Formats: sequence, C-alpha cells, structure tokens
Amino acid sequence: MALPKYTEPHYRIWHYIYLTICAAVFFFLIAPLFVIFPLSFNAEEFLSFSDGMKRLDPDAFSLRWYKDMIYGTKNPWGLAAKNSFIIAIFATIGSVILGTVAALGLSSRHMPYKGLIMAVLISPMIVPLIISGVAIFFFMAKAGLAATHTGIVLAHIILGTPFVVITVTATLSGFDHSVTRAAASLGSDPVNTFMKITLPLILPGVISGGLFAFVTSFDEVVVVLFLAGLENTTIPIQMWTGLREQLSPTILAVATCLIILSTLILVTAELLRRRSERLRGINR
Amino acid sequence: MSSETKQILTTDGIPLEVSLKKAEKKNKIKAFLLVAPLLFFLIITYVFPIGDMLFRSVDDKMVTQMLPKTFKAMENWDGQDLPDEEVFAAFHEDFIKLVEDKREGKLSTQLNYTKNGFKSIIKKLRRASKKFEEGNYKEQIMAVHKRWADVEYWRAIQRRAPEFTGQKYLKGMDMYVNEEGKIVSVEEDRRIHRVLWLRTLEIAFFVTVFCFLMAYPIAHLLATLPMKYSNLLMICVLLPFWTSLLVRTASWMILLQQQGIVNDFFVGIGLVADDNRPEMMYNKTGSYVAMTQILLPFMVLPLYSVMKTISPSLMRAGKSLGGTPFVAFWKVYFPLTIPGIGAGCLLVFILAIGYYITPALVGGASGTLISNQIAFHMKSTLDWSFASAMGLMLLSGVLVIYWLYNKIVGIDNIKLG
Repeated sequence: MALPKYTEPHYRIWHYIYLTICAAVFFFLIAPLFVIFPLSFNAEEFLSFSDGMKRLDPDAFSLRWYKDMIYGTKNPWGLAAKNSFIIAIFATIGSVILGTVAALGLSSRHMPYKGLIMAVLISPMIVPLIISGVAIFFFMAKAGLAATHTGIVLAHIILGTPFVVITVTATLSGFDHSVTRAAASLGSDPVNTFMKITLPLILPGVISGGLFAFVTSFDEVVVVLFLAGLENTTIPIQMWTGLREQLSPTILAVATCLIILSTLILVTAELLRRRSERLRGINR
Repeated sequence: MSSETKQILTTDGIPLEVSLKKAEKKNKIKAFLLVAPLLFFLIITYVFPIGDMLFRSVDDKMVTQMLPKTFKAMENWDGQDLPDEEVFAAFHEDFIKLVEDKREGKLSTQLNYTKNGFKSIIKKLRRASKKFEEGNYKEQIMAVHKRWADVEYWRAIQRRAPEFTGQKYLKGMDMYVNEEGKIVSVEEDRRIHRVLWLRTLEIAFFVTVFCFLMAYPIAHLLATLPMKYSNLLMICVLLPFWTSLLVRTASWMILLQQQGIVNDFFVGIGLVADDNRPEMMYNKTGSYVAMTQILLPFMVLPLYSVMKTISPSLMRAGKSLGGTPFVAFWKVYFPLTIPGIGAGCLLVFILAIGYYITPALVGGASGTLISNQIAFHMKSTLDWSFASAMGLMLLSGVLVIYWLYNKIVGIDNIKLG
C-alpha cells in the first residue's frame, strides 16, 4: 500500500499510525500461539523462559515433556488421544451424512418452511454451549447413554451438523441444477446422479464442513464435561483438568501438537475453499 | 387463467394444473424427506431436552409427592397460627413413610431450599420419631426442636404444596416470595445472581467493543491489500480461529501469570516494580484479554467479507468530489460496512454472553460469568432445576439477539472461514 507522492504529511503520519495499529493487532492475535512452542521444549519444570533459554543454551532445551506425554507413567494422554480421535471421526461421519442430505433438501426451491427449519438446524451453533450441554446431558441420562462413547458421539453430531449444513448449502447456492437435469434426461437415477454428478461438485464444501465438524468435536469440552466418565476422557478434558489443577509443561507439549494439527487443518480448508471457488466459477 | 379458457390437458387427460400441483407436492415431499432425518434427530436429542429443561425448571412435584397427606390436611389451615393436630398427624404419617424409604434426606434438602434450617431439625425429628407414642403428635413433634413450634417453618412447608413453581426463576434474579406471598428482592449483600447477570452483560459488551475496535482496521487492511500479502496476513486470523480454545487459553495463562512474560516485559521496561507485579489473571482483566483475542476472528471475518465487496473507486470518487480522506471514509466507506459491523458484533456478543471455559480458567472469582454459575449448579450443588431455569433465562436473551441477527443479516448469510 504505497502512498501516492502527493499525499500530505499529516495523512502520511496517519497512514503509518494505521499500519502500526494493524501490526499490533496482528501481533496480539498470533503471538500468544507462539509462546507455547519454545516453552514446550523447556528442560526445566517452569512455565517461563529460564535464563538458559534466553541465552539459547542448548542444554536449556529438551524433549523431556514430549517423552513424558508419550511414555509418562499413569499418563492419560494416550487414552485421551485415542478417545478423541475415535469420537471425532464417528461424529464427523455422522454430521457429514446427516448435514449433507439435509442441505440438499434445504437447497431445493420446493422446500416448505425453509426459514423455520433452517433456524432449528442451525440452533446448536447459536445456543450457548453450556445450555446445549445441560439439555444433551438430560437426554443422554434418560436414554442411558451418559458416560458412553455413543452418547458423546451423538452429542458431537448435534453440535457438528450446523457447520456442515451451512458450508454445503453455501456450496449448493452456486450449483447449476441443469447438470443434474441433464443427467436425469440421459437416464440416470437420482442416487446415481448424486454420486456421479452432484457429490463430486459439492465435495469441497462437504469436506470443509466435515473439517469444521471434526474440529468442533475434537476441541469440544463443555458438553463432554457433563457426559464423560473416566473411561471416556478426551484431550480437551485432560487439558481442562490440567489447566485447572496445575499447569505442567506436558500440557504445552500437547498444545504444540494441537497447534500443528490445526495448521494442517487450516491449510486443507484453505486449499479446499479455493478449489471450491474455482469449481463454482467464482474468480476473485 | 379465466374460467372460460379451455382447460389444458396433459397427454394422460389430466388437467395440467392438477398434474403440476401433484408434481409440486411430490417435490415438496422429496425435499422434506431429505431434511427429515436431521430434523427429527435434532428434535428428539436437542429440542425436546430443552423443553425438558423448561419442565424441570418449574417442576416442583417432588415435595408435593413426598407429603401428600400433609398438604391435604393443610388445605383447611389458614396459615395464621400453628396448624392443628390433624396436620401434625398427617405430617407424621408421611414422614414415617419417607424414613422407611430412606428419602427423608431428600425432603430436608428440598425444604432447605425454601427456608434455611430444615436440615438439622429433620435429622432430629428422624431420631426422635422412633420413640414417638401414638397420638398427640403436635406436642411430640414440637418438643423435638423449637423450630417445629415456629409457624414460619410450617408456612414454608405449605409453600411447597403446588406442583409447579416459578421460584427458581425468581431466585435467578435474586428475588423470592416472602411469607405474605409478595415478590421481594433478597438483601443487598446476597444478590449474587444480579451481579453475575450484569457482569456477563458488561463483559460481553466490552469484549464486543474491543473486538470491533481491533478488527475494523485489520479487516480494512486485509480487504485493501493486494491478494498475495492479504492471504499471508489472513493466516494470522485463521490460525487462531482453527486452534483449540484450550490451547489459546493455556497460552494466555502462561502470558498473564505473575511471573509470566507480560509481567516480565512490564518490569523490563520499568513500568512496574519487580516486587509489585500486578495480578493480570484470575480477575476481570484476564477474562477481557483472553476473550477478546479468542473472539477477534469472529469479528474480522464478517467485516472482511463485507469490505471485500466495497469498490475502492467509491473512496476515490468521494475524494475527487472534494472530501478529505476522513470525510470520504466517514460518509462513504463506513456506512457501507454497517452490515458487516452488525453481523460481527452480534456474533461476538452471542458467543461472549455464553462463554464458559475461558472465564472459568482465567477469570478467577471476579471474572466468572453466568455460564459458570450454571455449571456450578449442575455439577456441585446438583440443583438441576435451578441450573435449567438460569439456562433458559440466558437462552431467551440469546434468542432475542439471534432474532435480531436474523432480521439484520439473515441466518443464511452466516459465513465460515
């Protein structure tokens, strides 16, 4: 954003102030994430930079907390990671199937009461999590599903579907329905048309909705706190307990892994978004 | 179509209008069948349970069912003086049955909600009742403890007779029905819930304001920079957005602790003395800082998507017509961004008002919100009906905002990422 030569001095100053403010805000947004990286390699048990770390002394850094995370005795992280992945994968599959099918119906111009139904389908995203947590807990307790994986998966499907519905409806809004009509006129049945024509075209939207659902489930702690028993502990639950009781550097090692995971998901989501825009012919 | 026009028939001989309507109906059913699985799933697992919360929050059958004979006998009691022997005898009968079923503890918990002091006298009554003789229960019960001879406690029991009650909602607003049946506020120093509601609104409001003030410039920069730079900077917004909430809260706990990096920095530049490091966590400051950073992306993204659509030539036109850059910005650019501001502010406010995890971890006692109170009653006091009532009060507030959001922005326009 180079300024034109004729810019008056006080606007020039204002412009630099503006850029400084922006830089400060970006710093505020991103810097906290980067504090975790170096501290997770701390050789000592403190959560601040030791003198050795400030001097970049190699002895001050170690993989101690990563080893503790993986091999530590009585370590909950292994079980938590296993549970988290199992729950998130099943919740994602459930959310994607239910959400995509619903989005197909919602995008049809024949759909009656569209606004009302959309409001119901999106509501788990808008209602504060604590309220969802209480309501879902009441249901699961009655259905005998509290403290089971099934219960948590169902809960996460509830929370994840709104994201799939939103992303897939957005993808379908630019969808050219004449291609499905063309397929039908060439003798394809609806299921075949969906699998061969519609799905490949809306796939980026479906996958990015699935990523949202995955992250929602993988990161969800409020509802799980109500539902989980000791056997169903997840990574967020362990982090929550750890952060409440004592902040150990092992948590930072886990946090670092989670940041790497979220970076991967971010990159995938961005690539998909661009591909989707290209497929739908939106050029920016 | 006028009635004289000859009806158009399809090849099957059915009027076209009828045939079209049939097809239309078929399409409607098809579309609905696609939505139905998710809709019914959500109605059963989510909408009904919220209705169940509503039921629980006003349900007061427990005591009604525990003391059926007492309440029957109390129907003839005027509530002025101590009740008659008839009521005492009925109460004794109900109570003996409860002791047999080992449910008198539940009764004492329930009655204690209505009036403090029931716990101990019910325990005493249980012990004494084993040696009770037949007849004249009034004397015997009153002899157990002087509170049993206090008409206030009998009125408290009578207040639990109805099957439904709104008292949990009143309690959520620090009000109660007093002995005369009027709705009054509790004493000033015990109004904990009002403080929490106000604090929740205050924190949600200021977090929204801070987010707006910080998001506006960077959204503008992202929207006006050339693509290759803005894509890079967009990562700074999206990476926190995709990162676990707990990870971000953990990093603020590290930064804000007393021996933390922010305090080190303040000491380093001589802003504060080393032995007088300010407490920045476990209070409101902690909640403000962490929540602002965590919710900032939700403000940037809607603002950005609106700003992206504003053509830069509008600003140039404003300037060429004689406006200074400030005037051009204020009169041309800013009004065009208002839909984005509305969307971002409402989204952040809705999210902030129901925040739980971050305030619980960095908020301490003075930075917790209404959600924390709900969780406390769900997990610690187990007063689920009160938790439900508070939850629904919060929910009704959120629904009002949601309705506004739908009016202003439309739910269909929620954008993600």
